[in-house]
Amino acid sequence: MSTDVKTRNKEAIEEVLAAYPEKSAKRRTKHLNVYESGNTECNVKSNIKSLPGVMTIRGCAYAGSYGVVWSPVKDMIHLSHGPVGCGHYARGGRRSYYVGTTGVDTFTTMHFTSDFQEKDIVFGGDKKLDKLIDELETLFPLSKGITVQSECPIGLIGDDIEAVSKKKAAQIGKPVVPNRCEGFRGVSQSLGHHIANDTIRDWVLDPAAGKHQDFESTPYDVTLLGDYNIGGDAWGSRIILEEMGLRVIAQWSGDGTLKEFELGSKAKLNLLHCYRSVNYITRHMEEKYGIPFYEFNFFGPTKIKESVREIAALFDESIQEKAEKAIAKYQPQWDAVIEKYRPRLEGKKVMLYVGGLRPRHTIGAFEDLGMEVIGTGYEFAHNDDYQRTTHEVKDSTLIYDDVTGFEFEKFVEKLKPDLVGSGVKEKYIFQKMGYPFRQMHSWDYSGPYHGPDGFAIFARDMDMAVNSPVWKMTKAPW
Amino acid sequence: MSQNAEHIVDHFDLFKQPDYQDMFKNKQQCFENRVPEIEVEKGQEWSKSWEYREINFKREALSINPDKACQPLGAVFAAAGFEGTLPFVHGSQGCVAYFRTHFNRHFKEPSSCVSSSMTEDAAVFGGLNNMVDGLANAYALYKPKMIAVCTTCMAEVIGDDLDSFIKTAKQKGSVPETFDVPFAHTPSFVGSHVTGYDNMMKGILTHFWEGGQRKENGKLNFIGGFDGYTVGNLREIKRLLGLMGVDYTVLGDGSDVWDTPTDGEFRMYDGGTRLDETRDALNARATLSMQAFSTDKTLAYIKEKGQEVVALNCPIGVNGTDRFLMEVSRLTGKPIPDELKKERGRLVDAIGDSLSYLHGKKFAINGDPDFCLGMAGFLLELGAEPVHIVCTNGNKDWQAKMQAVLDASPFGKGGKAWAGKDLWHMRSLLFTEPVDFLIGNSYSKYLERDTKTPMIHIGFPVHDRHHHHRYPIWGYQGALNVLVWILDRIMLELDRNSSDIGKTDFSYDLVR
Repeated sequence: MSTDVKTRNKEAIEEVLAAYPEKSAKRRTKHLNVYESGNTECNVKSNIKSLPGVMTIRGCAYAGSYGVVWSPVKDMIHLSHGPVGCGHYARGGRRSYYVGTTGVDTFTTMHFTSDFQEKDIVFGGDKKLDKLIDELETLFPLSKGITVQSECPIGLIGDDIEAVSKKKAAQIGKPVVPNRCEGFRGVSQSLGHHIANDTIRDWVLDPAAGKHQDFESTPYDVTLLGDYNIGGDAWGSRIILEEMGLRVIAQWSGDGTLKEFELGSKAKLNLLHCYRSVNYITRHMEEKYGIPFYEFNFFGPTKIKESVREIAALFDESIQEKAEKAIAKYQPQWDAVIEKYRPRLEGKKVMLYVGGLRPRHTIGAFEDLGMEVIGTGYEFAHNDDYQRTTHEVKDSTLIYDDVTGFEFEKFVEKLKPDLVGSGVKEKYIFQKMGYPFRQMHSWDYSGPYHGPDGFAIFARDMDMAVNSPVWKMTKAPW
Repeated sequence: MSQNAEHIVDHFDLFKQPDYQDMFKNKQQCFENRVPEIEVEKGQEWSKSWEYREINFKREALSINPDKACQPLGAVFAAAGFEGTLPFVHGSQGCVAYFRTHFNRHFKEPSSCVSSSMTEDAAVFGGLNNMVDGLANAYALYKPKMIAVCTTCMAEVIGDDLDSFIKTAKQKGSVPETFDVPFAHTPSFVGSHVTGYDNMMKGILTHFWEGGQRKENGKLNFIGGFDGYTVGNLREIKRLLGLMGVDYTVLGDGSDVWDTPTDGEFRMYDGGTRLDETRDALNARATLSMQAFSTDKTLAYIKEKGQEVVALNCPIGVNGTDRFLMEVSRLTGKPIPDELKKERGRLVDAIGDSLSYLHGKKFAINGDPDFCLGMAGFLLELGAEPVHIVCTNGNKDWQAKMQAVLDASPFGKGGKAWAGKDLWHMRSLLFTEPVDFLIGNSYSKYLERDTKTPMIHIGFPVHDRHHHHRYPIWGYQGALNVLVWILDRIMLELDRNSSDIGKTDFSYDLVR
């Protein structure tokens, strides 16, 4: 059977490539492959420029720096510096949950912008930025700091946002963090993550290393990194970490605060959810502060148990004992969920195309429900992500990097999955085609999917997508 | 144990459970360096004050929650209204991801659009190669009948010249020489999405009309402008024009592409103004635009070509629809049929039935320039009082026009038009001079939460209510829809405010 699947998937690749102009087909062929079991590579090229005109699903560096990493830091003001659009579209769409008084001490769902006009392009925006920071200080005195998120024009008109930031930080006595995350930099969101990681390092983490001397450390201090609290995901993860006896001293960046960034260097262990978006700063913390890191997976009971036990193994017996207790507490809940939903979902085939870690991390949760992932790919992965993917995917899985709208549609037509999991730009396309769909960035406005309680919601949602009666009505009966 | 397989709770209820609430508290106390509650309360109260309002209105550099998007969004919307047309945005690729997402969330529909994916090398050397390869790829993969090109701010800042780039791409064989590639420069740092709509519409007409010899054929062109209700509105307009027997062309008809069926087929293109019709539209006797501020340059161009142009301001309600129909009748010589007179009477009937719930109610409105004018006009004829009208993308002309509409009615006496202000200004207005209801798009929901002003979702974008865009707000039927949306919210509020058993049992009326 595997040979048949392999042949079909290879055919699918050949078929999509045939539609491209020759030069583009040559470039796209490197991003598509059928996985061979035992291989430690997916053998696809990644983190390369998208072809023009192909309908890439990717975003930009601003989306990576502002949208992903910085905007969830709730007690700082994040300025979309440049024209009005970027911040308008990005506002509130990510569902990075937080608790706070928005507009007073909390700002994540607000849109602050310098709303560039033609004169700002011609004369530069530094003076406007300077003045704007004063206005922010007057209207929002309780903010803890400001980040400047550059949109495309900033890097093209020669503005010196670093100089303005330094000057204003000294004046207002709060961090002002300049990010050179113009949308044309790099090839996807990914460079934006890297840029934001670097500014966290240079403008917040390292300068704060001597701060908070009165902070009382414990041997169980960990951080929860690369969880953006989509639909409350980070909270879903934090609860079991606390139950196993660990003290989470910082959440980066979902429901995060400036202080939690400053406390980062005091951790005993960094726990990484989204490797892609925080690996840079984590490696820095390992080198500079000797903090080891561990990449965990809190999707579905199998992976949660594996991760919880591996994390516990890095601590003493008291933690290991509590970890087992926590697992035992949730086991009946997980069993009941599987008992209810597995019969409805057993054998259903899934195709994924998402961002940082979900194309591989959710596979275990699908498998807990008896579902099989037959195709997967990333918007902005690097090769190390694809290497990690080989641990999760089965033989013959179709792998597609930076898939184009055209390819994805054709692949789904050919592989006929029972469920497609991707983003809002893909959702309505596949639903029109009659395929059940779940948004796997925003959890389709549901969640959390992370952590012990998240699995039940994940199972419920996959069931409602796959088994909704609506898919039986797509063809008129006459 | 937080989850029960028989009753699974998601974020709405999960995080209200005590174990999560305790976790939040612990995080806040130990790690967040949270502002003390008393200071937050003080800050919050201050932000509601006149003093804060005055400081807020002194802002010169900072924009907070502006109620406008950027030009290429409007250009993509305009392009999508033409048969088989693929919008192509020249510049950074992230913009296109945002535009598509924005439309996906509003229409709950696919949004097809490509980018030329310019990166740092293109910033240095220009994006010609991106245009050449981009057009070739888009043409090969998506088989459009037309590719309509606009720009992001990146391409504008480096000064890429679309006209010469497209010509070069054609010479290099990216698309056939005769293939239609209209274009518009749409810098994000000028105007807003309605400007982008205008530029692209003008770009498309220029492409088809230049060099053509106009021979008047008596037809009427109709342009809707940038409109979140385009699906319902254009279908309603076509019904009305059909009833009048008018020979017309809708320029930019996105009513099908933003409302495709789920039947097993994905239609990247559906409906839209035919390209031959677009070319022929030069010969129409006149063009009527429903949204003047969204079609300013387009109408000037059409007028220059010799047509009579009529520009309305998103007419909503009795007088607005009257004016629309009378203009159509005047321009085409076709009488308004009795059937429409009856529809008009039904709308007036409905307003009369409900007047006691509307009369004297104070409203705030935010939205696009023409929408604000149309919406305020309707409220005035309901006997309601528009008080704060905030239009971030309104200019001085808009402000004068809007203020004149308010001043002309006894119900608009206390009303003020605020051009160029944002939703943080609106927040101050609502705190210092409260109103009964707020009409706005999804971004306004934060105002409803902050100021407790009950809100009616009308405008663009509406991300958090479903399917309203399938209903018209134009025509007598459209006005009826708007009336019902407003009344539903008013009556819900009456019920909510009188449903406290033992305290306000009175007023909780069965009959209203």
